[in-house]
Amino acid sequence: MTDETETSIPAPEGDAEIIDTDYTIGQDNFETQVGPFGVDIHNPVFLISGMSIIAFVFYALALPEQAAGFFGWLRPALTANFDWFFMGAANIFVLFCLFLIVSPLGKVRLGGSDATPDYSYIGWFAMLFAAGMGIGLMFYGVSEPMSHFGTSLGGTTVENGVRTDWAPLGGAAGDEAESIRLGMAATIYHWGLHPWAIYAVVALALALFSYNKGLPLTIRSAFYPLLGERVWGWWGHVIDTLAVFATLFGLATSLGFGATQANAGLNELFGVPVSSTTEVILITAITAVALISVVRGLDGGVKVLSEINMGLAFLLLLFVLIVGPTVAILTGFADSLLAYVEYLPALAMPLGREDVNFSQGWTAFYWAWWVSWSPFVGMFIARVSRGRTVREFIICVLLIPSLVCVLWMSVFGGTAIQQVVQDGVTAVSEAPLELKLFKMLGELPLSSITSFIGIILVVVFFVTSSDSGSLVIDTITAGGKIDAPVPQRVFWCIFEGAVAIVLLIGGGLAALQAMVISTGLPFTVILLLMCWAIYKGLKSERG
Amino acid sequence: MFKRIMMPIDLRHLDSQARALTCAHDLAKLYGATVIYVGVSAATPTEVAHTPAEYKAKLAGFATGQAGQGIATESHAIIDHDPAVDLDGALLHAVKDTGADLVVMASHDPGILNYIWPTNGGKIAGHAHVSVLVVR
Repeated sequence: MTDETETSIPAPEGDAEIIDTDYTIGQDNFETQVGPFGVDIHNPVFLISGMSIIAFVFYALALPEQAAGFFGWLRPALTANFDWFFMGAANIFVLFCLFLIVSPLGKVRLGGSDATPDYSYIGWFAMLFAAGMGIGLMFYGVSEPMSHFGTSLGGTTVENGVRTDWAPLGGAAGDEAESIRLGMAATIYHWGLHPWAIYAVVALALALFSYNKGLPLTIRSAFYPLLGERVWGWWGHVIDTLAVFATLFGLATSLGFGATQANAGLNELFGVPVSSTTEVILITAITAVALISVVRGLDGGVKVLSEINMGLAFLLLLFVLIVGPTVAILTGFADSLLAYVEYLPALAMPLGREDVNFSQGWTAFYWAWWVSWSPFVGMFIARVSRGRTVREFIICVLLIPSLVCVLWMSVFGGTAIQQVVQDGVTAVSEAPLELKLFKMLGELPLSSITSFIGIILVVVFFVTSSDSGSLVIDTITAGGKIDAPVPQRVFWCIFEGAVAIVLLIGGGLAALQAMVISTGLPFTVILLLMCWAIYKGLKSERG
Repeated sequence: MFKRIMMPIDLRHLDSQARALTCAHDLAKLYGATVIYVGVSAATPTEVAHTPAEYKAKLAGFATGQAGQGIATESHAIIDHDPAVDLDGALLHAVKDTGADLVVMASHDPGILNYIWPTNGGKIAGHAHVSVLVVR
C-alpha cells in the first residue's frame, strides 16, 4: 500500500492506492492580481472555454437563422442515428452500477478505508437531489405523465410504414387503466434508474480518482488510467473544456426555461405579464440570490438552500398527497412501480424499436440531456460524497433518488391524471408544459398558497443549480483547485446569468440547447470509458 | 504574558509570511510560549497535499522544523469543505480549540476591495476574543 511506496506519501486515511504522478495541482495555473481581485486560473482551460462560449453566443445572435437551422438539424440527426447508442450505453451504466452494489468492490470507501463522511445523510441527499433534478421534477412532474398517458390512450397511427404517433411502445388504445400504467412506466423510465446511473458513473469516477488516487478534482483525472501523463496535456484540456461548455450552456438554457415557468406561474397567480422583461428580471433576481449563496460557500449556501428546498418540496408533496385522491395515488404508486418493472425491458431495448417518435424524441433526447448535465451534477455529487463506501454511494445516488422520483411522479402526475379521468377536468391536459403544474394545483384547495410555493421551489432550485454550477465551473477552470479566490465563482455565476439573458432576448436559447444535447454524444463515449476506469481503479484499491 | 501563540499558516505561500513567522518565533522566545501552527485545507487534493492525512503530516513536519532555539511548537490542521469561504470561521474556531492567548498572523496590504471584503487578518482581529497581532 501507499505507506511502502518510495514517494512515501501517507495513505489518505487508512488504506488507498495513490496514483504516482509528477503533476502538481495548480502547476499550469496562472496566478495574478486583476485590480483588487486575486485570480488563480488554469491556463488554457479558462481562456479557451471562456472565449468559445462568447464566440458561440455571438454566432447564435449574429446569424440566428443559420444557427437555428443548423442546430435544428443537428439534434434530431443525432438522436435518430445514435438512439441505439444512447440507449445501449445508458443500460450499461445501470447494469454497471447494480454490479458494483453486489460486487466486493462495493466495500471500497471513498477517501480511504478510515475516512468518515463529511455530511449527514439528510444534508448529502438534499444536495445531490437538488443539483440532480429538482428543477426537472417541477417542470415535468405533471406534464410528462400526462403526455405519455394521452399518447398511449390515443393508440398508434402508421403512415407509409412509419409510426407517426408519440405513444411509448405499442400504446394502449382506448384502455384507460393500461394507458395510465404505460404512461407512468415510461415517465419513471426517464427519471429513475437510468439518469441517476449516468450521474453516479461520473460522480464515482471523480470521487475515486480525487479522494483515493490523489488526482485533482477535475473531469480529466478519471482518464489517467487510459491516457497516463498525457491527461495533463491537450487531451485533458479538451475534456475539461467540453465539460465547462456543457455545464455553462446547460445552466444558461435551464435558467431560461426556469424563468419561463416562473413567469407563467406568476402570471397565473398575480397576473404579472408574460414578457422578456419579466423573464430578464427573474433571471437577474435568481442570479443575485445565487451570488449571495456563492459567497456564503458550500456549507453556508448550497447546503442550506438545498435543505430548505427539500423541506418545501416534501411539504408540497405531502399536501397534494393528502388533499388529492390519496387512495388512488397510493395504489397508483405501487402500480406504477410494478408497471415500471414490467415495461422496463421493452422500454430499454435499444434495437428494433417501432415507436420511433417516443424512443428517439423522448428517450434518446433525455439520455443525451442527462449525459450533458453529468459533468456538472457528477462533479458536485463527488464533492460532497467523501467518506461513503461505493455500495452506500450507489444505493444513495441510484436507488433512493429513483424511488423518490417514482413517488413524486405518482403524486403529481397521478393527481393530474385522476383529475382528467375521474372529474373530466381538462385544464391540465390543455395547458402548455410550463403551466401544467399550476393548473393541477389550481384544482386543489389553497391553490394560491401552493402555487406560490411552487414558484418559490422553481426559483430556489434554480438558485442551487446556478450556485453549484458556478462552484463546479470554477473548480474545472482552476485546474481542480477548490480554494481559488471567491471572486472567480462570482464571475462564473454572473456570466451564466448574462449568457442566459442574452440568449433569451436574442432567441438563441433553442439553438444552444441543441448544442448542449450535442455534447451528449462525445460525453457518452467518455462515460463508457469512465466505467472501465472506475473498475480498474476500484480493483487496485482492493489490491 | 503569553503562553500559547497561534499562528495561521498557508503552506502554499511561505515566503510572504516570513516576517510574521519571525515575529511569532521571537515572541515565543521572549515569553517562553508554545507556537501552534494552524493550517486549513480541503478534503480534495490540493497543491500542498493529495489527502487530508498528507496535509496533516506536512503541517506537523513544518511545526517540527520550526522548533528549537528555546521554543516549543505544535500543529493543528483543519480540513474544511470550502476553505476559500470558510477560512475566517475555521480560524476563529481554532483560537478556541488550541487555547491560544495570542494570534500572530500575516496579512497583505489592504486594498479597496477590503472595505467590503475584509482581509483574513482584519476579520480575525475584529472577532477573536484574544490579542491579535497582524503583521504586514
